[in-house]
Amino acid sequence: MWTIEVNEKKGIFDAVGEGIKKDILDLGISGVRDVRFIQVYFINGDLGRREITAICEELLVDPISQAYCVNPPVRSRTGARETTVEVSYNPGVMDPVEESALKGIRDMGIAKKVSLKTAKKYLLTGEFSSSQLTTITEKLLYNKLIQHIVTASAEDTRVLEGDEYQFRLVTVDLLGVSDRRLKEISVQGQLFLNLDEMRQIRDYFKGLKRNPTGCELETIAQTWSEHCWHKTFRGRIRYTELPAGKSDAGSTPKTKLINNLLKSTIMKATGELKKSWCVSVFKDNSGVIKFDDTYNVCFKVETHNHPSALEPFGGANTGIGGVIRDPLGTGMGAKPFLNTDVFCFGPPDYPFEQLPPGCLHPKRVMKGVVSGVRDYGNKMGIPTVNGAVLFHERFVGNPLVYCGTAGIMPANQSFKHPRKGDLVVVAGGRTGRDGIHGATFSSGELTHESEKVSSGAVQIGNPIQEKKIVDAVLQARDRGLYNAITDCGAGGLSSAVGEMGQELGARVDLEKVPLKYSGLSYEEIWISESQERMVMAVPPEKLAALQEIFAQENAEAVAIGEYPGTGRLELYYKGTQVCDLDMEFLHEGLPRTEKKAVFAFPRHREPEFSCPQNLTTYLLKLLSHYNVCSKEWIIRQYDHEVQGGSIIKPLTGIANDGPSDAAVVKPLLHSSRGIIVSNGINFRYGFIDPYWMSASCIDEALRQVIAVGGSLERTAILDNFCWGNPDKPDRLGGLVRAALGCYDAAKGFSVPFISGKDSMYNEFTVNNRSLSIPGTLLISAVSVLPDVSRAVSMDAKHEGDLIYVVGETADELGASLYFDAFSAVGNRVPHVSFGKARRMFDTLSTASSRGLIRAMHDCSEGGIGVSAAEMAFAGGLGMELFLSEVPYKQLYGGKWNTDEGRNDFVLFSESNSRFVVEVAKRDQKVFEKILRGIPFALAGCLSADKEFKVYGLDGKVCVRTNIDELKLAWKEPLQW
Amino acid sequence: MRNKPKVLVLRTAGTNCDVETAYAFETVGAVPESVHINQLIAGKKHIRDYAILALSGGFSYGDDIAAGKILANEMRFRLKDEIQKFLREGKLIIGICNGFQILVKSGLLPGNEALRQEVSLIINDSGKFEDRWVYLRNSRTHELTNPRTSGRGNIGKCVWTKDIPEVIYLPVAHGEGKFVAADEKIVERLRKNGQIVFQYCDAKGEFSGYPVNPNGSADHIAGICDETGRILGLMPHPERYREVFQHPRWTRMKTRPAEGDGLQIFRNGVEYMKNIL
Repeated sequence: MWTIEVNEKKGIFDAVGEGIKKDILDLGISGVRDVRFIQVYFINGDLGRREITAICEELLVDPISQAYCVNPPVRSRTGARETTVEVSYNPGVMDPVEESALKGIRDMGIAKKVSLKTAKKYLLTGEFSSSQLTTITEKLLYNKLIQHIVTASAEDTRVLEGDEYQFRLVTVDLLGVSDRRLKEISVQGQLFLNLDEMRQIRDYFKGLKRNPTGCELETIAQTWSEHCWHKTFRGRIRYTELPAGKSDAGSTPKTKLINNLLKSTIMKATGELKKSWCVSVFKDNSGVIKFDDTYNVCFKVETHNHPSALEPFGGANTGIGGVIRDPLGTGMGAKPFLNTDVFCFGPPDYPFEQLPPGCLHPKRVMKGVVSGVRDYGNKMGIPTVNGAVLFHERFVGNPLVYCGTAGIMPANQSFKHPRKGDLVVVAGGRTGRDGIHGATFSSGELTHESEKVSSGAVQIGNPIQEKKIVDAVLQARDRGLYNAITDCGAGGLSSAVGEMGQELGARVDLEKVPLKYSGLSYEEIWISESQERMVMAVPPEKLAALQEIFAQENAEAVAIGEYPGTGRLELYYKGTQVCDLDMEFLHEGLPRTEKKAVFAFPRHREPEFSCPQNLTTYLLKLLSHYNVCSKEWIIRQYDHEVQGGSIIKPLTGIANDGPSDAAVVKPLLHSSRGIIVSNGINFRYGFIDPYWMSASCIDEALRQVIAVGGSLERTAILDNFCWGNPDKPDRLGGLVRAALGCYDAAKGFSVPFISGKDSMYNEFTVNNRSLSIPGTLLISAVSVLPDVSRAVSMDAKHEGDLIYVVGETADELGASLYFDAFSAVGNRVPHVSFGKARRMFDTLSTASSRGLIRAMHDCSEGGIGVSAAEMAFAGGLGMELFLSEVPYKQLYGGKWNTDEGRNDFVLFSESNSRFVVEVAKRDQKVFEKILRGIPFALAGCLSADKEFKVYGLDGKVCVRTNIDELKLAWKEPLQW
Repeated sequence: MRNKPKVLVLRTAGTNCDVETAYAFETVGAVPESVHINQLIAGKKHIRDYAILALSGGFSYGDDIAAGKILANEMRFRLKDEIQKFLREGKLIIGICNGFQILVKSGLLPGNEALRQEVSLIINDSGKFEDRWVYLRNSRTHELTNPRTSGRGNIGKCVWTKDIPEVIYLPVAHGEGKFVAADEKIVERLRKNGQIVFQYCDAKGEFSGYPVNPNGSADHIAGICDETGRILGLMPHPERYREVFQHPRWTRMKTRPAEGDGLQIFRNGVEYMKNIL
């Protein structure tokens, strides 16, 4: 075996080493002086020194910037000067570089049988203890799910192949066992099934007079998992609302029975709105709307929270990889053309010593998640155009990672129909042991043990593999080579084949599934969540043509069975039947359980403080809040312009650094039509009332569509609920309340939901105490913009232009960032007046379509103050703003308030449905005429100097600063 | 056919700017065709049937080992003769972003008989992938308009940069774009030969540090050509500024230009081939 070590030459920047050095500082360890990185290759095969030299110089080493060493002398791992840590991949786990390097060697004309493994070496110098080294190694240098540290007896750990698998049919004794035993079986098998469900399964097999195989039990567990079945949303809920405060104790609580929360709220709104341009809703892998006469657009947002908590890079990487396959698996396959990502993390400056055991530090989670999205999105060539990042302590144990993808497809390719006799074809990547139990694992809470117990649950992504699949699938689609396609996501083949064969049944020979390495049992093959796989229904006569297309792209498509039309799921391994289930039982047999939900209106302390004279420091503070501040550090790492259709970019303005409200993208280069995507998220409002949280999130997503020049005419939304344990009545109560808000807002705005997703059990158990995330709803909007030349950006454009505030400001400071600055929540959460808001949005959209609006920015966290400041500094212009002009409704009275109201409330209230709008003087009359009948006011103007001045209700200056200072405060916090 | 040069837009696993690159060529009157390298190696398609070879952006083979390395290696070992014949016929090659990395690592740029790699594009000084717009000074126009101050006087032969303003604006989006040469003599040679085509600069055309020079490139080099001027490689993406609405500040423009700064590069290539064919 040849060992080759490659490192950067002296004087060449060692990016990996330097990056790790920074990360070590983030861990709170300051003694490491230097980190150097060495890439290691082990090559086996009948190769001579000359061939090895050629491989190094032609292929493995950059002759300009790198140096190499063949068979270097073995270094002591803890030398006097430096410590060496060597990281290698676990047996069976393949570094994609290995495949590429072998291809490179073959391209050089070396035809001999060669095998190759990689490893990474890190040379650390400085002063650090051995326990600090352990921390560095475990937290930064390797991921124990897929890698290991090479110790002195290194050779044996570098074996590539796993052991050969010896077939043994496994059955599970269910018949006649006690309830206690049933529970045990569920827990030990990581099935996450409750007792009722286990009993139902036992009774089914009693009827068959046999025990289930392990594979059958797994299949049922996957299909019935919260992740796949959405038991909470589709089950029965007994919901009780308790009024707030003790004085109401006498009044009777309202209780009602909800049969299917999804159907009675979110889907109900869509059904009642009957939009003719909704093509396919809540059926397929994503929601589909009409784009123009010949194309449809689909959109889906998913979460990948649990995996990202354990392994941020891999979790986010496969999260984005997974959601990209949703449009690809919608209808007959859509081409993905944009990504969107929204994250919730613990505060990046969270004290290390308070970190619960088993938790990664929020900064590390954030860096890992961002890298994961960057790696997958950029390599796939899909622009990441929109997103949001929010922070709160309650996300420390459970970060939220939302990934969304939109796709475009010919209108006549929007539906799929597998036919009897079609072959079951699995295409794309090979199947390995990665991601076992992902679906069931995400249906339970995380604990500090999760890292060990569910180590197999994190998948490993390979974006280039997925790119090959997209390239191949779209060609096969256009040549009509299959009748149906879906993606392999949670539950792996079990879910994908099970769903596609729901009507026809399916028969699969599991040994035909191409494997990454030997040693997988038939059960592992069936439930593995290896990434980058699609399942298709292919007519037998078209298989050869399909396989040729995949081969052309260096990818595989293999027939593993057929859809026989029996309505049964039959699995075989080398001729022996290992599963025989009735599809109807599998898909309809889940016992309907009733869950209890209680929502008690909370009562928070109202903060009592008088209005500060000078609001400048508060404005600067709000701009520096992690939720508000610039996310440029993240955004620039994403390619947001690939595919050449980026129209309104995430960063905008005179210095390309202001925060856009929404993204506008042209999916077809020859068409002037655009797609707008935006998102609304604010978990804080849920502290007071999840109903108004939902309404506010929908309002936010929609007003951002309006802000970039869109209209609600053809706008659809997606819901994404991330919640705690729904088996706890208080958590579920909030969820019901939020869903009710979704229904009312969707109806009120006349904007339909087209798809959605939920992620439950976002709780972290430590020392028997369960910490839940705040119930969080993400609303993602997608909208068709008929002509991109009508798009509007948020940056102030011209000195002398007029500044309008559109929409009504009320004393709605409850759960605002301003109150948070006083460590209070308050109670007056922002409401939405749906009818009024819709009229206002329509009016503004008329004004922008007539070219009357120069710039528009919505008011969200931090209210008018933050919105106006962002608009001014993004445009490099000064602004004067008069609060006395702003349409303002006082809600608070008494000692709190002066007669005129309060400057701070007007400036920082987070009332919904509001905008700051720039209009040219010459358009003043026309603009005001169009806006007649809705609340608006001319409240300021733009100036060429850089001064930012706000006059209070009393006419005195309450904010005086300049836009450079504002911008600095906004840019600094996350500029890592 | 005579007036519509055929462009081979080369594709492999991980190529991802092929569609918009082809579209840019189509916009200026060429007939682009997306061809997978497997088709060339299998002999199903031939480079000789095209007038221009375009290597677009992306992450060919995942940028495994180093950006562009595997595809560069494949081209060098499997398609060397075809490519050299193609060049002897006076035809053109353009490499954008990953395409530039491939050209450099296959030795086609700056170019020598043995196809030996003389320069490289390595990881950015910032240590990360970055997407941002940059100003580029076109040396040819700079020399033509400032012969006295520039002093070197060689306008080079690059056929891709005719009629391009002295300063243009394009986006970069890469993690490995820092131009380095084996030694200073090579850069000096490129300078003397007029092979340095684009350099990162500010809006006024002046050189500066990060982020004006987004990756730390030696001599601010953003793009170079070979000695004949027919092979161009550049890190910025001209296909991403084809029309005005791709500009990050188009909503601020008083008058909108008829087209984006990048389009002329494609037009130059196509027009050049029209005259030759």
